[in-house]
Amino acid sequence: MSDLNKLTLAEARDRLRAKEVTSVELTEACLAKIEASGALNAFVHKTPEIALEQAKAADARLAAGDAPAMCGLPVGIKDLFCTKGVPSQAASRILEGFLPQYESTVTQNLFDAGTVMLGKLNMDEFAMGSSNETSCYGNAVNPWRRGNDDTALTPGGSSGGSASAVAADLCLAATGTDTGGSIRQPAAFTGIVGIKPTYGRCSRWGVVAFASSLDQAGPMTKTVRDAAIMLGTMAGFDPKDSTSAELEVPDFEAMLTGDVKGKKIGIPREYHMDGMPEEIEALWAEGTAMLKAAGAEIVDISLPHTKYALPAYYVIAPAEASSNLARYDGVRYGHRAKLAAGDGITEMYEKTRAEGFGHEVQRRVMVGTYVLSAGFYDAYYNRARRVRTLIKRDFDEAFAAGVDAILTPATPSAAFGLGEMSEADPVQMYLNDVFTVTVNLAGLPGISVPTGVSKQGLPLGLQLIGRPWGEADLLNTAYALETAAGFVAKPGQWW
Amino acid sequence: MSIDTTIAARVAKLARIKVEDEALPALANEFNTILGFIEQLNEVDVEGIEPMTSVTPMQLRRREDVVTDGNQQDKVLFNAPDAREGFFAVPKVVE
Repeated sequence: MSDLNKLTLAEARDRLRAKEVTSVELTEACLAKIEASGALNAFVHKTPEIALEQAKAADARLAAGDAPAMCGLPVGIKDLFCTKGVPSQAASRILEGFLPQYESTVTQNLFDAGTVMLGKLNMDEFAMGSSNETSCYGNAVNPWRRGNDDTALTPGGSSGGSASAVAADLCLAATGTDTGGSIRQPAAFTGIVGIKPTYGRCSRWGVVAFASSLDQAGPMTKTVRDAAIMLGTMAGFDPKDSTSAELEVPDFEAMLTGDVKGKKIGIPREYHMDGMPEEIEALWAEGTAMLKAAGAEIVDISLPHTKYALPAYYVIAPAEASSNLARYDGVRYGHRAKLAAGDGITEMYEKTRAEGFGHEVQRRVMVGTYVLSAGFYDAYYNRARRVRTLIKRDFDEAFAAGVDAILTPATPSAAFGLGEMSEADPVQMYLNDVFTVTVNLAGLPGISVPTGVSKQGLPLGLQLIGRPWGEADLLNTAYALETAAGFVAKPGQWW
Repeated sequence: MSIDTTIAARVAKLARIKVEDEALPALANEFNTILGFIEQLNEVDVEGIEPMTSVTPMQLRRREDVVTDGNQQDKVLFNAPDAREGFFAVPKVVE
């Protein structure tokens, strides 16, 4: 049987249960595809032995009739998740050689359900980036190209390897994490689905921390149905994460009816940005029309503090990062610099961190250090946290007025070329997250759905934002949008 | 407020990241670009607004004050760049 790697999670699950295919066959198909796809640089640590062992165990469970939804399905895991005995580097030199002695809760949940891990996926270093260009493994590459132009494009970031691998059918799905848009932006750049759940839905335990009040894990998949299936397995209460929500995880897939009649969809006027490409405006208008045609009620809404979300994020996220990344000191794990005669402990810290952290990570740690330093804490950090309160209030008021979901573009452009932003100042790169970062600051669930292609033939996505803990309803609205858009384009194989 | 190379050097020191002198002007420049962007926050009226501490209205859970973990010295030291006799080893700290 050929092209098993192209199946969706739902298709593969159904065929496994019908005994038409085995997990070992699915896994071997993906492993072969991964071996042939080095040019994408998506998988950075391959785990074929673990995968085949897990696949055999899954086949035994399937044969015994004990088969949770994810049982036997081969996926990729972002390098940010600690996986026991398997390199987990957060794409940083400072964690070179680090072999976690424990398993992250999210990957443990997946494994408990019988999921197969194919390997670890490329990403921006410590999830800091929007183009996968800050990785110590080198760039991940987008399988999509601009027509016949062979310019290498970014798959987005920070979950760039996850996006590239899913779009290129190297795995059936992948895990991602999202602090400011790191699931949704790469999903949009590669024509796949990515959901960032409500803050607290997925445990952060064992996920290398970037900005703890913003970080959330989520699935990156080929369809909305797959996102519903995989999120259901990743999510759940975890006593080891003090911010994990003690809430039942609904059967998200069972709630995909596609019926959005009478749902109120808010269109926030502040998301019409100056200089936004016409094709993004057109995509957004088309998506709005699709939901309207499906019976939803479209309402204009205002989220007045939208403009201040990115500047607030670039205070809060670096501040939390400077604190979280203080643990990389060359003592307990990872890299330690070679010391000169007479060097003491301070030189060890300074040299280790200068050698181990890449440029963007150093910059953010230092910006965070500055905004938290004596005399600036109130002016920068506390002010940003006050603005964050206002940003969340904007959403609270929209939902209180009866809005069920909010529709926006996912990104301000299609995927750009690797290296194209290298001359730009850092703020230009940060603007990639202009539509997604508000959602992290407000702790809300957000999903990116591919709905069209650009003039150059690249995928474009729209974002739906839901109520806190309303992933089931959000996924259902996304399902209606996906059905109406009928996006089926795939990248032509060049790699 | 503009960042000069002296402040950039001080921040690098606080962050315990070695930055060579010749790299300081470029670093100061980048800080100024980012801080210039952040300055927009001064336009917002935050009078009477509480700084957010938790994005979901929740109280931190408490648990029984009992030992739940431990006896994993080998695992704790497994990844240490330099571990000796059951301890992390570091350069001399006190003169």
